[in-house]
Formats: sequence, structure tokens, C-alpha cells
Amino acid sequence: MSSPAAAARAPINPSKVPMSVRHPLFRPLAALAILLLIDLLMVPGFFHLEIKDGHLYGSLIDIANRAAPLVLAALGMTLVIATRGIDISVGATVAISGTVAAMLIGGTMVMQDGVPEYVANTPMVWALCAAMGAALLCGAWNGLLVAGLGLQPIVATLILMVAGRGLAQLLTDGQIVTVYYKPFFFIGSGYLFGLPFSIYIVAAVFVVTALLMRKTALGLFIQSVGINPVAARLAGLKTAVLIFFVYVFCGACAGVAGLMITSNIKSADANNAGLLLELDAILAVTLGGTSLAGGKFSLAGSVIGALIIQTLTYTIYSLGLPPEVNMVVKSVVVFLVCVSQSAEFKNMWRRAFPARAKGDAS
Amino acid sequence: MSTVPVPVLELRGISKAFTGVQALSGVSLKLYPGEVHTLMGQNGAGKSTLIKVLTGVYAPDQGQILLGGQAIHPASTLDAQNLGISTVYQEVNLCPNLSVAENIFIGRYPRKLGGIDWRGMRGQAATLMERMQVRIDVTQPLAHYPLAIQQMVAISRALLVSAKVLILDEPTSSLDEKEVALLFSVLRGLREQGMAILFVTHFLDQTYAISDRITVMRNGEREGEYACSELSRLELVNKMVGAPSGSEVPASASASPERSAAPSKLSTFLRAVGLGRKGALTPMDIELREGELLGLAGLLGSGRTEAARLLFGADKADGGTITIDGKERSFASPRDAIAAGIGFCSEDRKHEGAILDLSVRENLILALQARTGILRAIPLKRQQQLAEQYVKALGIKAASIETPIGSLSGGNQQKVLLARWLVTEPRLLILDEPTRGIDVRAKQEIMDYVSALCRKGMSILFISSELPEVLRVSDRIVVMRDRKAGGEYPRGALDETSVLQVIAAGDAHE
Amino acid sequence: MSARSPYFTSLVTVALLAVLLGAGGFAYPGFLSEQVLFNLLIDNAFLLVIAVGMSFVIISGGIDLSVGSVLALTTMISAWLLQSWHWPPLAVIVVALALGAGFGAAMGAMIHYFKLQPFIVTLAGMFLARGLCYLISINSITIEDPMFVAVSQAQLPLFGGFISPGALIALITLAVAVYVAHCTPFGRAIYAVGGNEQSALMMGLRVGRTKVLIYAFSGFCAALGGVLFSFYMLSGYGLHAQGTELDAIAAVVIGGTLLSGGYGYVAGALSGVLVLGAIQTLIAFDGTLSSWWTKIVIGGLLFVFCVVQRLMAIGAAKKAAI
Repeated sequence: MSSPAAAARAPINPSKVPMSVRHPLFRPLAALAILLLIDLLMVPGFFHLEIKDGHLYGSLIDIANRAAPLVLAALGMTLVIATRGIDISVGATVAISGTVAAMLIGGTMVMQDGVPEYVANTPMVWALCAAMGAALLCGAWNGLLVAGLGLQPIVATLILMVAGRGLAQLLTDGQIVTVYYKPFFFIGSGYLFGLPFSIYIVAAVFVVTALLMRKTALGLFIQSVGINPVAARLAGLKTAVLIFFVYVFCGACAGVAGLMITSNIKSADANNAGLLLELDAILAVTLGGTSLAGGKFSLAGSVIGALIIQTLTYTIYSLGLPPEVNMVVKSVVVFLVCVSQSAEFKNMWRRAFPARAKGDAS
Repeated sequence: MSTVPVPVLELRGISKAFTGVQALSGVSLKLYPGEVHTLMGQNGAGKSTLIKVLTGVYAPDQGQILLGGQAIHPASTLDAQNLGISTVYQEVNLCPNLSVAENIFIGRYPRKLGGIDWRGMRGQAATLMERMQVRIDVTQPLAHYPLAIQQMVAISRALLVSAKVLILDEPTSSLDEKEVALLFSVLRGLREQGMAILFVTHFLDQTYAISDRITVMRNGEREGEYACSELSRLELVNKMVGAPSGSEVPASASASPERSAAPSKLSTFLRAVGLGRKGALTPMDIELREGELLGLAGLLGSGRTEAARLLFGADKADGGTITIDGKERSFASPRDAIAAGIGFCSEDRKHEGAILDLSVRENLILALQARTGILRAIPLKRQQQLAEQYVKALGIKAASIETPIGSLSGGNQQKVLLARWLVTEPRLLILDEPTRGIDVRAKQEIMDYVSALCRKGMSILFISSELPEVLRVSDRIVVMRDRKAGGEYPRGALDETSVLQVIAAGDAHE
Repeated sequence: MSARSPYFTSLVTVALLAVLLGAGGFAYPGFLSEQVLFNLLIDNAFLLVIAVGMSFVIISGGIDLSVGSVLALTTMISAWLLQSWHWPPLAVIVVALALGAGFGAAMGAMIHYFKLQPFIVTLAGMFLARGLCYLISINSITIEDPMFVAVSQAQLPLFGGFISPGALIALITLAVAVYVAHCTPFGRAIYAVGGNEQSALMMGLRVGRTKVLIYAFSGFCAALGGVLFSFYMLSGYGLHAQGTELDAIAAVVIGGTLLSGGYGYVAGALSGVLVLGAIQTLIAFDGTLSSWWTKIVIGGLLFVFCVVQRLMAIGAAKKAAI
């Protein structure tokens, strides 16, 4: 049932190792499986699921729910990295979109039939549109700088990273803006058919993105631009437009993530919302198998990568280790992944184990 | 002349092989002080490999390098430099942000009180440059100066190391005539001071302007060593290209294709007037007709690829006009040219063609998909159909159409890239060295296919260094040399000897 | 020096600083007093030290995102060694500086020998340093060591006002760095590597050694900044210096150094830091603008400088193209 595209991703060199193990999603899935195994063994009741008030509860659901914003950020980041770029302003965009939504919706108390109710300051639909609009603007800003002006991606997105969060803090004056409007909470904390609504949002974005990549030429073009931009241009691809698009898309994903986070904590915290989300997103993408050097990418891999990170956080918490161990572990994992992806390391490996290396894809 | 001159640098029997390819076999060379010795050869002759062996990038499998009579084994460029072999490359390997003086002295600064003696360094740098008749402000960043001056700086740096041998590897490829003249006067000055200079180039005129002796390489072997004054241009070209054989290519049925209409009756698809670009191509005119195969003949570096890139919009022309079907067009990018019905199969398939990690199918339909647009993906079935069709038509050997193109052999990759453009059904197809590195049988298949397309009405611009091939298939030939268009000849007007004459003759002929 | 020269932006920064100070002096009485200016230096001494280290890295074409976290880690380690282990203060300082340099050298080695991108290695380093910080202690540790306290309160008289020992150390560091950058082969090698690493290699410069030393120096400066910060705050805390790396990068860029490498003056770090400080002081003096404006203005300045640098580079490339 594997599609031709999936088969194309698997290396062709004959090897004694079965095809399934060489599948690019094998390593991330294996990592996730190991983590889940540790949880199974060390955390009592980890896989326990129960239905309460018509909602499904359990650690697994918790993880999926909390991972939702990160999954979104990772999806957006995947396409940017695929074009050999990077976007370190995702956190700032999250803060901005959440802030805009929170400030517009807010919630003023109104008495209806003697019962206090909160109405939104602005109709929620418009508030959400405004928040997404702000996020899209952030993405377009980055895209213009990188595709239009030719700034290095790290430099271009650094500007928004510095100024963007400041902008959000300015709007809220550094204060936490609480949202009281109930329907808004549905995005981050609501349930649909027993599962958290956020999972549906993530699933929808994932499906739409995957379809966009497969059913249109976007997936092919983005990979081409990342692998060989010169050849892509000579083949007639609109490289500038493509690069602009991926940054806008990344901004949009960050925008939705911002709405989710704000809805979840029922407030906009411009200081801390999305803080360090960039590194988590980059880590999720690299764990999922997409190379920082650009080219072939895997959306499913990024999703798994985000789940790995969230599961890791949860595992550390459940094991009673201080949550800061998280940061240390994440950074060590980044080092290991980057080193193992580097060509230098592969050469060293080949020199040390020539017999084994014959079976490896070069 | 009482004693036999001793060569300062000698190569004896150098051989070097890479997996499956014998790049050099038994090459010998003698370089004497006070001479300019030019190394000439076509693409793949082994010039650059020989230079890399000399400068320590590669270690020879066999043979010796003797410097001043002593055997040396340079392990790296730095090693070779320290031994006295300095090289100046086409892309000046200096730091554009540092000043001229610093570029000359970096790594060996004159010192004063523990720090750098800036004034002393500036003075010495100015003196060094002046010795080469170049008076510039040595405190300005290198990037301020044109490439010709930058090369002088590179030479100065080489001299500073008291080089015994100065190697110049294709230094003039980006220089205009005045700059070349400047470089040559510097080289003559150095020669008078006793420097041994090894000059690598593919420009005929320049060779005759500066050389004392010439070594010709072909197919990894030293074809011969000659005094410049004893070798005519025609003889030189002959030796570089090899005796006109034509025996490699099997006689084929399409040796003399029937023309459906006399050449003059074919309608013009594209006419370019005054197409040129500074440093790349002297303005030229060219006309491409439907159903006609125009061959661009010439040696390496004669400007053929440059002309093709200008026609395709890959580079921006300085001036001139391109008219298609009577309407004037300008190409800001390849997209415009593709929209006008032009396809371009680049000669550098690794860097400009193949998208290595993608499959054969994906590479094949890429240009077609680019033209179709982002939103309307070509259905997978149709992609597979097209891919299978061309795999069969061109005889592409791949495990399947989903194999990554990177795992195919060079020849098969080339076929896939050719198919990429054939799929777009262009009205003009530009083929730049489409058969390079391909075995004889595959070459034949490709050329047969291309000729058939031509007969059906496609216009084809065919660039190849293999003169027999160009002569065989072209309906018309434009000869190019040293970045200028030479004459235009119909089929049959030239044979292998006379085309070499035209190439060798230079200005005398026009 | 023509407008084409990349050093033009360095002059612009100095002019900008003069304008800011002038505007401040015009709008607010007492703004141009000596002490206000000295306070600029005192409050930002640690940032100056970090910016000096960052200059070296950026000139060489790299970037170091870990400096803020290394600073925090240094304060934490210092506080911990002083309070829990009662080490003598001088030993603590030496150990802290050595650790910072070692941390930087390790990152530099990874960047060079595995050919990894600097931003990802230093980004991970940032996480690692802060995580280690929290592992030592979640809460802040107050420093009560008498020497630290004495230094924290010391005032060195200068022209009628005073500066702190921290500011003096920062200025000395700057002077040493300027000397190294302009008068030693190592300093020139930094520029060469930033200009064209491949060429530098072919010219015989020891690129690997240079790069490792550059990152080691940046780590050392981050640690030194941490020591100065501990004098200033008298505590070690994991939340110290959040976002300082961005401030340092902004200071270096605004000071006229190109983010792409190869061009810029180390002294630009001083003008950049002073511009940042001046903006902050202006906003504080104004009283009506919230302090969040600082980040926005810095981001805006960063944008302007980057775009201008990029436009000049495009212009220069067009001129040089044959």
C-alpha cells in the first residue's frame, strides 16, 4: 500500500536490513516507542484511559493535547527548513496572535436574566481573523526579507524574534490579559466526541498540509528548491514565490498555535507564551528525519518528533525528575542528532566500520 | 648556452587513476626557469588533475615530482606552497574584505614590538605591486579592485613566498582584453627575472601571445611538447582534438537525413541580434529555424555555453535583442524562455540539472510541472506514463522510475534530464554537451532521437566539443572561438580538417 | 571612506549615538550629566563584555546564541561555589572563567570539525547551559561573600562622577579585544575567516584553531559578563539574562558589524551597547512610554541596519559583476 512517493524516499542500495527498518520514519517511531516503553514500565497507570463526563481522559490524551501547539509549529517549521531556511520568530508570532485574540475578545460581564455572562468585546470570528491576520503578516514579513531581499533566514527571523515579542508585550503592557469568553476556550480546552478539540485542529491542519503537498506540485517544488536551488530555477520554478510561501505558512501555523495556547490557559501572556518554542519546533523537525540542510521533508516525521518531545517532558515529570532535566536532555539530543546527520560523522563512521557501511545508503 | 639548462620542476611518468577512470598515464613535463610553459588540452584531457597532483591535492599513483632536482611529495596546497610551488587560480583565493596589503602578507606579517608592523607592511606591499607596474592604494579592501588587479595581488603573494614555480590555472577566463594584456606584461616581467611559469589555458590567441613552450594533453596522456614558434595553430588544434577519425561513431542510418524542405525555406523561430555579455561573450547574431539543427562548434571556453545561457535567460544579456516569431522578447529568467517554448539541457548536470534525491519520475516531469503551475499537479498516473514512455524511448537504465536519480550512472542521468525538456515539447531545444560522458551506443541513441525530433519541426541548438558529432548531425554550423562567433557554414561545407582550420585561423579568416 | 565602504555603518552608529544623547539632553534636564552617561556604562558593563566576545564570533562569520545562558550559568556556579562550598572568591572567578571558555571551545570544536551550523549548535548550547543552571538550583542563590559585596558597592571616582569596577573591567576587555583584533595575526585571521573561509584555509591560516579559539573567547566573555553580573546583582539565578544574546547581537550589528561576517570594528560593540543603553534611558526618562518600546525600537534598528547592509552588499556585487 506504500505510495510511490514513500517508496521513493527509501534508499535503494541493497542491504541485508529489511526495507521496513530502512524506512525514514523508523527511527523516530522507534524513539517514541522506547519512551512509551519506559513510561509503561516506570509510570503506573500510564496507558490507562477512562471516560468521564463523556470525555476521554488519560496520560496519552494529555500528551496529545499539550503537544498540539508544538505539532503545529513543527509542521510550519518543516517546510521552512526544507527550503534550507529557518524561522526563529515562531515564538514571537505565537505571542502576537494570542495577544491580539485575547485583547479583542476579552470578555465583559453582562447580566442576562439575572445570571452573569461574558460577552466578547469583538465577535469571536473577527477576533480570530484579526489574530490570524497578524500571524500571516508576521510570516509575510519574514518571507519578504528572505525571498525578496535575500537576507539570511537566521538574520531575517531574528529581527521579528526581537521586535515581535516586544510588540506583544507593548500591546498588553506586560500584563497578562485574561479572556473570559467561554466559547473561546473551546479551541484549547474543548472536547468533541470525547477527544480534545485541539487534536482535531492539528489533524485538520496536518491533513490539509499533506494534501496540499501531494495533490499540488508544492511538495515537489519545495523539495527541489531545498535540494538544488540552481537546477530548480533553470527548470522554471518560481523559487522566490515558493520561499515566500513557506514563511507565510509557518507564520499561519504559529498563529493557530498561539490561539490554542491562549485558549488553553485562558489568557495571553506576552512574556512567556511560545517562549523557546522555536528550539522545540526545530528539534521536532530534526528528530522527524528532515535534514537541516533542506530538501526532502517528512510531515509525519515532524509530528512524531513533536510527540517525542512532549512524551519526554511528561516522562521526566512523571519520574519525579526536576523539569529542568528536560532542557538538558533536549540539548543533548539536538547535539547527537546534528552530529549524526553531519557528513563528517558519516565519513568517520565509514572509516571505522567499513564492512557495515557498505550496506548503508551513502 | 654553454651548459644544459636544468629544469626547476620536472614531472616523470605521473599516473593517477580514480575508480574506473585513468585520469593521467605516464605524464612527463619539464619546466625551466625564465620561461612561460603553457599546458593545453580539451575537457577531460587531465590538465586540472595534473595541476592538483603538482599542488599536493592528489598523490600520484606512480611517478615522481622533482623540484630543483629533489623529489618532493607535497601533501597539501600549503605544503606545495612552502616548497616553492605557488598557484594562482581563476577564482582568486584571497579574502575580499581584507586590504590588498594584508592579503599579500597574511600569515607572514612583518612584526614590530609584538604586534603587526602596519606601516612596514604597507610599504612592502606597495613596492611589490609597483614591481608589477601596478600602482594602487594597498590599504583599500581587495573587493574594491577588479578581478585582474586581484590576480596581481595573488601573484604578489605567491612571489613573497619566494616561489620557484608559479602556476596560473585558467587565470584569464573572466578577464577582458585590456586586463589580459596587463597580466601578460606582468608575466613577461617575471619571466625576465627568471621565474618558471606554468600557464594553463584554453584560449588559442593567448597561448600564442605569451608562451615559450607548449605541452598538449589529450585523454590523460601527454600528447607532446613543442616550442611555440615551431607549432602552427592548426597543428595545435589538431593535436588537442586528436586525428580526425570519426571511426568511434558507428555509421547509422540517419547519417544523411532527408530534408523535407530546403534549408532556406524553413521559417525562423528565433533571431538574436547583438547578444552579448561582458566577460562572457562578444556580441553575436544567431538565427534558429524550425526543423533545423544548428551546431555550435568550438573548443572548450569558446563561448558556446555562454551564448546558450543568454538565449535561455539563465544569464542577463548586456544588450541585443531576441525576436521570436517576429515579436521581440526579453527573458528576465528561465521561466520566460520556457514560456516562449525554449528548453535548455545544461552541460553541468550535477549542479544545474539533476535534483539528486528526487526520483527519475520527479526529475523528468519537473519542468513540465513548473510550466503547468503550482496548483495543478500532473496526475500521478500521467507522470508515470510519461516517465515510462521516455525511459523506453531513450533507453534509460534504472531499477524503476522511482529510483533516486543520484543512483543512476552519468549517462542515464543525462538521458533523464534530456527527457525533462523533451516532455515540455519545446519549439527550441538547446542541448549543451548532451553526450558528454556517455558510452558510444547511448550517444547514438540520443542523437538519433534528437535528429528525428528535428525532422518533425523542432528547432535544435546543439553544442558539443566532439567535432565529428557536430559535423555529422548539424544542418548548419556556427564556429566559435575565444568567445566570439566565427563563420556560419551549411551542412557539407566543412569537414573535420577544415573546421579545425577555421577554429585555428582566428581573425585572419573573418 | 566612501559610502560604499562597509565601515560606513560604524560611523552612522556613532552619529546615531550623538543624536540620541543630544535629543535626550534637549528634552530632559539633567540627561547630559556625567553620572547619567557613566551609569550607561555601569548598568551595561556585562552587556559590553558579552558584545565584545560576540563581535569576534560575528566577524568570523558565525553566531553565538548561548552567551546569555552561559552568563546565567556562571552566576549560578559562582553563587553555589561561594555559598554552599565556601570557596575563596578568586578561585571561584577563575573556575567560572575557565568553564565559560571550555564551554565555548567545545561548541567551536563541534562547529568546525563536524561542519555544523553555528546557530543550531549554540542554540542547543543555550538550552544546555540554562538547564544546567536550573539543575543546580531552581531558586536564586544570594551571594554574601564579602569580596563580592565590596566590589558591588565600590565606586571608582572619575571626572567628578564615578564608575563601577565592572565598568572598568569591561572597558579593559574592550581595549584588549581591539588590540587583538587589529594588531595581532590571530585577530586578522578572524577577519580572514569571516571574509572567505575557504581562501583563508588555502592561504595557510589555521582555520580550525582560530574558530575554536573564537568561540572559546566568546564563552570566556560570557563568563566574565556573568562575573560582572554577579557583582551587580549579588545573586545566581537561572532566570538571569534572558534574551541577552539577542541584545548582544543587536549591539554588535548596530555597532556596524555585518552579520554575514568579515566587516566591522570591535569598538563598534561599545557604540552599539551605548546606543541600546541610551534608548533604554531615554524611555525611562520619558516615563510615559512603557519599557516594551525598547525591544521594538531595538528590533527596528536591527532591521534598518540589516537591510541597509544587505542593500549595500547587493549594490557592491552589481558593481563588481563583469
